[in-house]
Amino acid sequence: MNFETTIGLEVHVELKTKTKMFSPSPVAYGAEANVNTNVIDWGFPGVLPSVNHEAYRLGIMVALALHAEVTKETHFDRKNYFYPDNPKAYQITQFEQPLARNGWLEIEVNGVKKKIGIEEMHVEEDAGKNTHGDDGYSYVDLNRQGTPLIEIVSKADMNSPEEAYAYLEQLRKTIQFTGASDVKMEEGSMRVDTNISIRPIGADKLGTKAELKNLNSFNHVRLGLAYEEKRQAEVLMSGGQIRPETRRFDEASGETILMRVKEGSDDYRYFPEPDLPPFSISDDWINEIAGQIPEMPEKRRARYVNELGIPEYDAGILTDTKEMSDFFEEAITDGADPKLASNWLMGEVNAYLNANKLDLAQTQLTPANLATMIQLIKDGTISSKIAKKVFQETIKKGTEPKAWVESKGLVQESDPTVLTPIITAILDDNQQSIEDFKNGKDRAVGFLVGQIMKQTHGKANPKVVNQILMGELNKR
Amino acid sequence: MISKDQVAHVAELARLSFTDAELEHFTTQLDQIIAMEHALAEVPTDGVAPTTQLTDTENVFRADVPVTDGPSRDELLQNVPESKDGLIKVPSIIDKGEADA
Repeated sequence: MNFETTIGLEVHVELKTKTKMFSPSPVAYGAEANVNTNVIDWGFPGVLPSVNHEAYRLGIMVALALHAEVTKETHFDRKNYFYPDNPKAYQITQFEQPLARNGWLEIEVNGVKKKIGIEEMHVEEDAGKNTHGDDGYSYVDLNRQGTPLIEIVSKADMNSPEEAYAYLEQLRKTIQFTGASDVKMEEGSMRVDTNISIRPIGADKLGTKAELKNLNSFNHVRLGLAYEEKRQAEVLMSGGQIRPETRRFDEASGETILMRVKEGSDDYRYFPEPDLPPFSISDDWINEIAGQIPEMPEKRRARYVNELGIPEYDAGILTDTKEMSDFFEEAITDGADPKLASNWLMGEVNAYLNANKLDLAQTQLTPANLATMIQLIKDGTISSKIAKKVFQETIKKGTEPKAWVESKGLVQESDPTVLTPIITAILDDNQQSIEDFKNGKDRAVGFLVGQIMKQTHGKANPKVVNQILMGELNKR
Repeated sequence: MISKDQVAHVAELARLSFTDAELEHFTTQLDQIIAMEHALAEVPTDGVAPTTQLTDTENVFRADVPVTDGPSRDELLQNVPESKDGLIKVPSIIDKGEADA
């Protein structure tokens, strides 16, 4: 029997605000335990929540970037559950009237483009963090409690783990370009839950779905879904039934493991949040936010190809992160040749970042310094060999290239009146090489260039040296 | 009518445990409360929008500015039974899995 796979994804993304969703406590990653908390986060009696304006604005921005329709009349709801990471025993979320509905993203897998629908997205608060001690107790840190989240629920439009992966990449990129979140899975600012079911090809009804959690990277999502596809097929083939259960991905074994049988939605006993008034979102506000959305990666990519003459592939890499794309554009504004800037960013800069496991922002490189360095190469002030030295200096220490090159005496020697006497002197001392050259041994030229470079401490402009040397050789 | 099983289920969701006698007791009480509430069902509410709050306000937002003048972490921790290194100490919850965000 052959099966087809149906996948839907629920993605939680932390919104980049200074304070929490429903309380004015600061939001900060990596702070000392329970320092960024107040009586509202602790759920003390008599406290009242209030809605963070910036969080809602960023939520609308994400919604618009995902081509969704913003809900005009909305309110918040309570989702009730008892767990130590949320002391008030309910989460404030949007259940009946989510922030927006009916969005989509376009993905591409093996050259085939496909639109993936987005059912709805809503803002809500995050829970605190539990750690489990080996002393039989658990420990709770409420710093994360109340951090603004947007949950984005896709339609069950994906049919393979690869499509799920592509959707996540596209979602991450789109949200990152809005600036609404850092969307870093390793820091927990993006979290993914998946629903997956299989059914015999041609069947009308979808199969029973399993939920897959504890996915710490896009790659785990892909691996976990691939495992689950296989597991469900084996269960069905052997005459068994799929149960509606929550499973987690085990990194070590690459398998999915049963966590629990799912609680139904009724068990959360949702009801409208009585402590917050309803919200009426105006067209004016939506239009204002639409005008604030930065240019999205697809548009930038097209512009780089059409206006700057950057190859399609390179433009794709330059627009993979907003950081890289913004850097590239700034370097051009600072006078860098677009193609050279692109080559440097994709080549030396990326190699440096990968080798040192750094983000661009964690280095000392500035767009202005990159632009200056490129100009120095372009006008022949420095050789490409010296440029590599300059690059290391400026990316590590933020040194201004032009002044540094001059102070270190690394400026390339291109003046023929300086180079010619040096070259003729070396030729005089190497009669054998001249004869070798006349006998067609090209290696002799390499040797002579080497001697010239040695004499000039590598500062001679290779292009000029080559011209003069060939001229002199042919004269003899 | 609310059943004893339903009461037991709600108790489980609230992480409360009751003896059988207590469950009987609460089932009878809850049944009476629900019966009393059913009197409200006689009020015609067709075309009436649900009332979710009574302040008669709309669009009340807070500016995204941190406020840190409340009780300190150590003061807040005085209200928990036990703490350690600034963390709240609770019975082990390792078997229950993560709650949904």
